[in-house]
Amino acid sequence: MSLSGRHLLGMYNVPKNDIQLILDTAITFKEVLDRPIKRVPTLQGKTIVNLFYENSTRTRISFELAEKRLSADALNFSVSTSSVSKGESFKDTIKNIEAMKVDMIVVRHAAAGVPYYLTQISDSNVINAGDGIHEHPTQALLDMYSIREKLGKLEGIKVCIVGDIAHSRVALSNIYGLKTMGAEVSVCGPSTMIPKFIEELGVKAIHNIDEAIQENDVLNILRIQLERKAREYFPSIREYQRYFGITEARLNKNGKDILILHPGPINRGVEISSEVADGPYQIILNQVTNGVAVRMAVLYLLGTQN
Amino acid sequence: MKIVLKNIILFNPEQKLNKKSNLLIIDGVINKIGNLSNDDLKNARVFDLNDMYCVPGLFDMHVHLREPGREDEETVTTGCNAAASGGFTGVACMPNTEPSIDSAEVVTLIKERAKDHLVDVFPIAAATVGRKGDVLSPMAELIDAGAVGFSDDGVAIKTARILKTALEYSKMFDVPIIEHCEDETLAGGSMNESINSTKLGLPPLPSVAEDLIVARDIMMAEYTGGRVHIAHISTKKSVELVRQAKAKGLKVTSEVTPHHFHMTDDLVSTYNTNTKMNPPLRTQKDVDAIIDALKDGTIDCIASDHAPHSLEEKEMEFEYAPNGIVGLETQLGLALTELYHRNILTIEQLVEKLSINPRKILNLSVPKFEVGEKANITIIDTEHVWSVDIKKFKSISKNSPFHNRLLKGKAIAVINNDKMLFNDELIK
Ligand SMILES: [Zn+2]
Repeated sequence: MSLSGRHLLGMYNVPKNDIQLILDTAITFKEVLDRPIKRVPTLQGKTIVNLFYENSTRTRISFELAEKRLSADALNFSVSTSSVSKGESFKDTIKNIEAMKVDMIVVRHAAAGVPYYLTQISDSNVINAGDGIHEHPTQALLDMYSIREKLGKLEGIKVCIVGDIAHSRVALSNIYGLKTMGAEVSVCGPSTMIPKFIEELGVKAIHNIDEAIQENDVLNILRIQLERKAREYFPSIREYQRYFGITEARLNKNGKDILILHPGPINRGVEISSEVADGPYQIILNQVTNGVAVRMAVLYLLGTQN
Repeated sequence: MKIVLKNIILFNPEQKLNKKSNLLIIDGVINKIGNLSNDDLKNARVFDLNDMYCVPGLFDMHVHLREPGREDEETVTTGCNAAASGGFTGVACMPNTEPSIDSAEVVTLIKERAKDHLVDVFPIAAATVGRKGDVLSPMAELIDAGAVGFSDDGVAIKTARILKTALEYSKMFDVPIIEHCEDETLAGGSMNESINSTKLGLPPLPSVAEDLIVARDIMMAEYTGGRVHIAHISTKKSVELVRQAKAKGLKVTSEVTPHHFHMTDDLVSTYNTNTKMNPPLRTQKDVDAIIDALKDGTIDCIASDHAPHSLEEKEMEFEYAPNGIVGLETQLGLALTELYHRNILTIEQLVEKLSINPRKILNLSVPKFEVGEKANITIIDTEHVWSVDIKKFKSISKNSPFHNRLLKGKAIAVINNDKMLFNDELIK
């Protein structure tokens, strides 16, 4: 079995069989992570560059660990965003990296579409580790893996993504992936944070968090950006917390078993309260562990094609 | 120079002229129309242009020539070469140069650079100093130097207050204020706001950003009695607003680019930076509205918004790439292919929108086919099928999404200022 594409640029148009294969392969790798010697030789001799144009220690470490567990040679190439405007062009950077004979590039970039652009100017396998507000496919895969691990399936599961959908790379990837796998997806947040045409993707948009809790099996809570620029979309953190924040009281009020996911890093007391973040419903740290297994699966499947 | 054009269709809607004939041109002036004697043919360059249209030289009222400031992307000369190759004998160039065209000196410089060319260049001067929206540009001086209109193109005139002043002041000269309609507080997106911007994760630029300024400008045209020309119109709502304004008899005109009359934001799907422009490509609903507006005359002109950019600038992350594409050398072919051959516009309407109307809006005389008149002519072969090759562009910049596109219809020759370009060859 192998994946139908050479790259993982997003979850858009990724066939069900591919997602299934990645999730199933990840089960094996998760077992590896539980062994005393957590390393397999599958990608020995392969060189993988983690090309990070945006600071994201978590995602980078998760990929790096996955690469090392697979015995690949992992190189980190970080470019600070501030130097982008003056420094060498993206294309020149890629040409330089390619000249070092690499096999795969894991790319994180603040601009949407960069992973696709990368496939146009490079021969390497490309994995999108987050591009602008576009996609973050491995996050969606690990979210799906975590849901399936807990609930046994994805088909028919009702998932609501909560928060700033319009400025999230996680939301879109989750919507595509979950829908392909037969889950029912909705989004919930202030109307300023929901893209105007989102329902054309076949997801319901709601603005009442209690309704979201009552009607879903899973809540995937997105991180709220606290920087000033992002703040123009809602009046105050207090108001967001009050109307969209997930608290224990709110979960109790709706008296229902629900699974809570969060891609991290969390803002305690904003989109999620401490009791919930540490409470019985959440699987936030499982997600982190699963992230390594899922990324191992993706790297393995792309790195061993042909 | 003595030129004979044989068996052409003399076509000029302004003169209600549409007949097969021959033309003798001596030293750039029409000497004889109709049957020519052997004497007329003696020592003449004779072109037998069986059934091709001979129309008043085409005019593009919205081009960026990049001189002064970015001569690595385009100069007045190379822009003129591109215009001539694309079938145009006149262009109006936008003032967002460096420095901007906000002084008589810069107008004079551009006129000077264009002096000996086949193509006539008419600068559009900045409406405000430095296009900053604070202080009115020296309009009277600019007009005296040769400016034919005013615009802060690249952006809309910043405030209603300075727009009001600009319209009131420019009224004295009866020239248009040409507006790039975009509300600056809603600007900054990379593509049209639609399901596509959501799917591609690109920062959205909502159509209402254009509509708001179109509405503002129309109201201000009504209030002041000044003339407003809406540049590169791109939305359904804007088109409706212009249609209403025209019905009221306001002095409002508009233009559309070839890309906005036939492309939608679906084409952004591969992050090709040559699909990035401002205004952005919109939706099919907008394109449909534009087609209707071209037909009913709501849209007066077709203009390229020829925007040269260097390869390095366009070969980059979509969000960071500059807006715009070159258009002078593909505009006529696209108009013929997408509008004429699809029976959307007649040849008469096309000539109006590509030659007559833009000249009228800028108060320039329309070339006539009469003995004693200066020969300012474009020869069009509507049936010529050709493939766009950016490597053959006369423009320095090659940022075009139309490479390898098959088009039907082309300008075979242009004549102006006692010069002739025939199949891209200067006739001596
Ligand atoms: Zn403009």
